[in-house]
Amino acid sequence: MKAYLTRRYMISASHRLQTGALSVEQNRATYGKCNNPHGHGHNYAVEVTVSGQVSSDTGMVCNLVDLDNAVRRSVIERFDHQNLNTLSEFSDRVPTTENLAAVIYDILKRSFTAAHLEKVRIEETLMNSFEYAGGAEVFR
Amino acid sequence: MIYLTRKCEFSASHFYHNPQWSEEENLRAFGKCANLNGHGHNYTLEVTVKGEIEPVTGFVVDLKELKDILNREVVDAMDHRHLNKEVPEFATRIPTSENIAIAIWQRLEQKLKVAKLHRVRLYELPDLFVDYYGEA
Repeated sequence: MKAYLTRRYMISASHRLQTGALSVEQNRATYGKCNNPHGHGHNYAVEVTVSGQVSSDTGMVCNLVDLDNAVRRSVIERFDHQNLNTLSEFSDRVPTTENLAAVIYDILKRSFTAAHLEKVRIEETLMNSFEYAGGAEVFR
Repeated sequence: MIYLTRKCEFSASHFYHNPQWSEEENLRAFGKCANLNGHGHNYTLEVTVKGEIEPVTGFVVDLKELKDILNREVVDAMDHRHLNKEVPEFATRIPTSENIAIAIWQRLEQKLKVAKLHRVRLYELPDLFVDYYGEA
């Protein structure tokens, strides 16, 4: 039987929303406070959902320790307490939470193969969240 | 189609053990959860049903009826109990969150008459939950 397992992790990081494709005024108009030259930070809650058949031997979709280790090594150690704008992942894209969700999804797709990666959901604040499922529609 | 979610909580103990494996294999797969003395969690269950709105009552399901079914099938059966020892499904299945969610689905599906079961979401911890949609 197929089940979906979701685990929640925390990352604290700073960013500034700014693109070279727009003028100073256009950046200010588009991004508002998020365009502040010195940046600002968030406590991001990252929810990772994986799916698969529940093993009759273990009763599990995957071993949680394996998922935790993969996320810690490839996501938390990479992004926690960093300035996102300084990282190579965001050298050519704005570190919006949309882009952060897509970047984390792509990293986990490569680094965690013990179950199927369904989606990455990120709460930037308690008031907004973003979901990415590799381009597929999120319906669950 | 409209979806309604009802929440309830139960506290229970469990341990993970596959009798076909050696103690070393159990420890390797399950870590601290393999301690045969068991440990416990406060589980939060969210049950989502779906259906059309009944024009006279405006309900998708009678909430009191749903609450009674949840109390009888889940809370009475699992709250303040040892899942391995007191809940029959787990005599042969390991009471992981995955298997508990599946067992709850199977219990509820038989009892729900009007609305259709859509999702069983079981939180073992605030940062860990399992969803089951009745998929094979």
